[in-house]
Amino acid sequence: MVLALLALGLVATALLLSVLAHAGARGKARRARSRHRRRGRAGFEPGDPGRERRAEQRARELLRSCVNDEEWAMYRDLGFISVPGRLAGARTLDGEPSRADRRGSEPPYAYLIYPHKPIVAYVPQTRRLLSEYCVEFPDLTGAISDTRLPDSDDVLAKWMAVTGDESRLLRNANMHLPGRQVDPARIRRDLWRLAEWERQRGGPDSAELSSR
Amino acid sequence: MGAGARLASGIIAVHPREAVALTTACAFAHREPAIKFLRMKPGHGEILLAEGDPAVLEDEERLVEEFRRQLDQGMWAAAPTVDPDTGRREAQLVREYAEIPEEADRVIFFPRAAGG
Repeated sequence: MVLALLALGLVATALLLSVLAHAGARGKARRARSRHRRRGRAGFEPGDPGRERRAEQRARELLRSCVNDEEWAMYRDLGFISVPGRLAGARTLDGEPSRADRRGSEPPYAYLIYPHKPIVAYVPQTRRLLSEYCVEFPDLTGAISDTRLPDSDDVLAKWMAVTGDESRLLRNANMHLPGRQVDPARIRRDLWRLAEWERQRGGPDSAELSSR
Repeated sequence: MGAGARLASGIIAVHPREAVALTTACAFAHREPAIKFLRMKPGHGEILLAEGDPAVLEDEERLVEEFRRQLDQGMWAAAPTVDPDTGRREAQLVREYAEIPEEADRVIFFPRAAGG
């Protein structure tokens, strides 16, 4: 009899503890909601679904006002920008004489700039992928969250860094072999799209590039 | 007839020379700032930090102070320019206020590059 009562007491205690734990969790959630409401009254900004869209629109306008016309058209139509490199000098990175010496216009290598993806270096004449430069521009000043720039601002920052001080950008980037973060097949498809785009616009060497 | 003489009809007549001077003064007072400092900000796009005419001492002091503040916060600064030889747009990264090209109409501050 005593044993049965003891067992009953243990079961009741276990049930009571689980009920109390559940009630405690609900109370914690209620207190968290109440804190959130108080923060709202204190000026905490609720999520604005249109904010990111407006920021991107402003960023696109700024990008358009800074880059060359064909670079803006390229970004608008293809989603990336190709920028010629300037560090190679008289020879290509493969050691071949630069075609720029003969034609004066073909860069020995170039970069593909994507929003929030590594910069990809490649040889325009052969479409050979050279390397990936993983770089980002986190805004850490006074930000607890949301350090990511709008897509077009990220592209503009990379464009300004490449055209303004290429070596400084490369020193701050993490260099990897092609394929580390960006699918090489996608890059090659984008290079084909770029060649087709240039052919349709009647760009330099457009027919030669698209035939490869 | 002197400057600003009111005619019987209520029209204020101004001598042509004074009209030119008045127009020039108004244009000077309302002309666009010579340079703008913009900053990229997550969730906002670019924001205007400061603007002014570097030829005006007060404006220049304010611009220099803002330039230093942004660099102290770790931002990079770039001035969109045009290559005089090719006519192509490019940018010039600047580390000192004195490095800003004279023809630049804006300087864009953005977070420094970090390896991803």
